[in-house]
Formats: sequence, C-alpha cells, structure tokens
Amino acid sequence: MTRFLVKRIGQSIVVIILVSLATFTLLHLLPGGAAKAELGVRASPSAIRAFNMVNGYNRPFLSQYWFYIDRLVVHHNFGYSYKLNEPVSTLLSMDLPKSAYLSGLALFFTVLIAIPLGIYQAVRRNKPDDYALTGLSFIGYSMPTFWLGLLLIAFFSVFLRWLPPSAPQTPTISGSLTDPKAMILPVMTLTIVGVASFSRYMRSSAIENLAQDYIRTARAKGVTRRGVLFGHMLRNAVLPIVTLLGLSVPALLSGNLITESVFNYPGVGLLFWTSTQVRDYPVLLALTLVVAIFTVLGNLVADIGYSLIDRRVRLS
Amino acid sequence: MTDQNNEGDLVLEGPEEISQMVRARRKRGASVLEVFLDNKLALVGSFLLVAIAVFCFIGPLFYHSNQIASDLNIANTAPKHGHPLGTDNVGYDELGRLMVGGQSSLEIGFAAALLAGVFGVLWGAVSGYFGGIIDTIMMRIVDALLSIPVLFVLLLMAAIIKVNQLNLTLAVAFFAWLVPARLIRGETLTLRTREYIQAVKGMGGGASRSVFLHIIPNALGTIVVNITFQVADAILALAALGYLGFGIPPPAANWGSMLSQGVTYIYAGEWWLIYPVGILIVLTVISLNFIGDALRDAFDVRLQGR
Repeated sequence: MTRFLVKRIGQSIVVIILVSLATFTLLHLLPGGAAKAELGVRASPSAIRAFNMVNGYNRPFLSQYWFYIDRLVVHHNFGYSYKLNEPVSTLLSMDLPKSAYLSGLALFFTVLIAIPLGIYQAVRRNKPDDYALTGLSFIGYSMPTFWLGLLLIAFFSVFLRWLPPSAPQTPTISGSLTDPKAMILPVMTLTIVGVASFSRYMRSSAIENLAQDYIRTARAKGVTRRGVLFGHMLRNAVLPIVTLLGLSVPALLSGNLITESVFNYPGVGLLFWTSTQVRDYPVLLALTLVVAIFTVLGNLVADIGYSLIDRRVRLS
Repeated sequence: MTDQNNEGDLVLEGPEEISQMVRARRKRGASVLEVFLDNKLALVGSFLLVAIAVFCFIGPLFYHSNQIASDLNIANTAPKHGHPLGTDNVGYDELGRLMVGGQSSLEIGFAAALLAGVFGVLWGAVSGYFGGIIDTIMMRIVDALLSIPVLFVLLLMAAIIKVNQLNLTLAVAFFAWLVPARLIRGETLTLRTREYIQAVKGMGGGASRSVFLHIIPNALGTIVVNITFQVADAILALAALGYLGFGIPPPAANWGSMLSQGVTYIYAGEWWLIYPVGILIVLTVISLNFIGDALRDAFDVRLQGR
C-alpha cells in the first residue's frame, strides 16, 4: 500500500511541476512580454527594464523559472493584479471559498441524487421509465451549461417570478445565508448537468455489477432485494463515481466559470472571465495554475480513495 | 414461474452474455453497419445530424438573407412574413444567421475532432507500443495537460491570439487529443501482447508496420467512437466560447454569441433570439451523442472515459 501511495504521490508531483512549467511558458507567449502585460501597453522602456530586473525576466529561461517557483512557493506571491490593484493571493482567498462552496453544494446534491437514480434505472432497465430517464440524461449532458442556466432563469425568474435571476453578491459565503433563494438556481444548474452524466455511469456500473456472481449468490442465500442492493452492490458500483468525483474537479471549475458568469456569482470563474476581458494576465496565469494543482490533487485523492475501496488496484 | 416479476429481477445476463448476443448477430452476417442501423437512436441521431448539416450548408442556397449589411430599422422585430424567425438586435435575419452560425460550428467541430483524433491516436500508439520510459514521459505530459482546465486555457488563448476559424480549430484540438491518446495507449498495451504482433516482430517488421497496419486498424472502433464524442464536445466548447464573447468576431455568426446577445432581451420577451439557437445547439450535440453511443454498442468495445 505504501509503495502504491509513494508512486502515486510521486507521479502527482511530477505532473504539478510539468503544469507549472506549462503555465510559465504561457507567460512568455504573451504579446509584448510579461512586463507590458502588467504595466500596460504604454509603459516606458525604463519602467519595463526596471520591472524586468526586479522580477528577473532578463535572466536565462531556467533561472527565471526557478525564480518564479521560488516566488510562488517560498513567498506565496502569486503575482499582482494591476487592473484590480490587489495581490492575486487576496483575490484568490476571497473568491476560491465561494467557488468551492458552489461546487461543493452542487456535488453534494449531484451524488445524493445520481446514485439512487442510477441504481433505480439499473433495476428497472429497459422498462419505459428507464428509457425516459435515459432520454432526460442525454438531453441533460448534451445541453450547454449556459443554455440550461438561461432556461432555468427564463422559467423560474421571468415566467414564475419565484427565484431571483442572479446569485448572492456578497464578498463572503454569508450571502447564501441572507439570501438563500438566490443560490438555488446556480446550484440547480450544476446539479442537473452533474446528475445527467453521473447517473449514466452509475447505471452502467450497477448493471455490470448486477451481472456478477456474488449477486446471484446473495439472492440464493436469501438476502432481501434491498439488502443485496445496498449492502453488497452499492460498495462496488460506487467505484466509478469515486473516480468521476476526482476527475470532475476541472469540469466543475470550468463549468463554474459559465454558471458563475450566467448568474453573476463572484467566484473564481467570474474572476477569470472578467480578467480575460481586460487582459489581466497575472491573475489569469495564477488562476490557471491554482486550478490545475487542485485538479491534480483531486485526481490523487480519487485514486487513493479508489485503491482503499478496491484492493485489486493496489496490486497493479 | 415464480421467478418472473414485473420489477425485473436483480440477476441478469452478464456483460459477456450481452457481448455474445451482439457477436452472434455479427456472426449471422450482420456487419457493424447493420447493428448500428438497427439501433433506433442511431437512426434518429444520424437523420438529425444530416438534417442540421443540410440546414446549415444547403439552406443558405435556398433561403437568401443578408448577413453582411445590417439594417437597424428592422432590428428586434418578431417573426413575421419575410423573417420567419425575426431579426436580431442589429437587424440581421435570425434564421439566416442560424444557418451561417452552424456552418462554422460544424466545420470547426469536425476538423478539430479529426485533427485531435489523428494526433492522439499516434501519440497513444507510440507511447503504448514502446512502453518503458518513453511511455512514462509521454503519459505524464498527457496527465499534466489533462489537469489544466480546458475552458480557462481556451479563454486565455482566445485573449492572446487572433480568433479565426483556423486558430479556434487548433485551440480546441490542442486539448481534444488527450483523451484519444490515453484510450489508444490502453488499447495498444492490450493488443501489443497478441500473437500477430509478435509474429510481425518475428518476421522482422518494425514498429511502424505493427502500429499502422495492425494495432490501429484493430483499435478503430474505439477511435471512431471517441472522435464522434469529441465532435460533440468541441461544438459545446465552441458554443461556450462564443457565449463568453471569445468566438469568431462579428459579422460572422456563431451560435454561442447569438445566445449571449439574445440574453439581454430575455426580459423583453424576445424569445426568437434565444430558443431557436439553444434548441439547435442541443439537437446537434444530442444527435452526435446518439450516434456515438450506438457506434460504441455496434463495435462492442468496452471503453473507459465516456
């Protein structure tokens, strides 16, 4: 087990290093260089020279990279946004919890709904209600996220006038406590998209498991239907969901971007989008790196969780 | 008998048995194409896709609308004679715009998926065939790129480079090749141990012979299914980029930006700016998903990832 852990963590570290190299290289592809990106297009040559010297951009590539990593890891300096006039780390500390909160809520409800739904579909496979639910799932994950958000707004806000069309705007998570109705639509959007794909995986995984011999044995032993489903099959069928949870970190954060912009929820996604519109490169690159690292960590956690549940994985 | 109950018993035929059923049909002379055509969803999907393609590419030949010069006098008018789907906020005819917008979506989607498929298959096959340190390095690169959030980097690229059809195709393909690479590497690892590959080596055949003449043809099912799903994903990604304002700039139409423009009029009740576009995007992606699913069943391959 420890060998597996060490190997897996080592792989993740290598991937993180490669990702940081990739984002650092992107910084160099910027038009006009990083200096013009932060100081503006009309910066004077002396200002650019000073900036380059302070930030080490006049050194060879590898030593620049080392400087960048040193600044990042040792000094926790993610860069400075000249457009928003704040260090990026402050922006991150404000917005990351909100995005995490939105994703967390959506993921919670997704798993809560998708697992029973998938099992139900597996038990009633090829019956009309299975077909109907499968059809709905197809529609669900074929839909662009922003289109679903717009439909929900059109129905619940414009037509029914039950729910507000934009999410809570407060700088901290407390907004969802003072204005809980506003969180419903964004969470619903993400949940519907999530349930559409998760329930399909759950359904096929449950069907595969129902074909296994141990189910036959359990039923023959006299275990009740419910006991078989929830006592034996659930643990095994849930495995792909664990992998999906880890793999859904980047999709969640990207999907968040669209949902946050539709509902104007001030999280990491919206920050990224507004920064793109004003070409605020320090913020963009720092955010890309942070999200990438979270993705690697998410995959790592998913793999470790998977190996804890399924012993066969550890031996491979 | 008492075993029969309406809820469907928990015990069912195993996946081996289902595969055997498909294989039995195939043995009876049914080719992949026939199994595919038997699947009703596949027929629906194929018909839809062809209909949409005809609508987008052949439609403008019959339905003439001016997509270059805008007429502000007729901006935001509801559907009526002469403009079946109304006009948008600068006076372009909405129906004509739907057709032209679809052209770029379909072209970029297919081109990006094909490009990504070819590159990803080569990468995965080489990585899987040679194994060892080459495999480790190549797959670490794939893992690293998979970790980077696609939409973020696409937005970043769109902000840096000039957005036109070629650049968008390259940008979308840049991320799309990762999944086929992983899939084909897995297939190659499995196929590498087969006897006919050993036979090729024994006869003195080199790596390229094994890979191009044997491994890739045998993994063709996986490849085709994956490319179909990649097209669907590419079209969704393009719509998202267009919605966020980073699609191909006006006067070129693209479905995503049409939606984002229409959103500002949602409270004014101008439904023709929003619903036709959205429904068209959903129909295109659904048809591709139906086709991909049916292909997967027809090729009878156990795939991971989708």
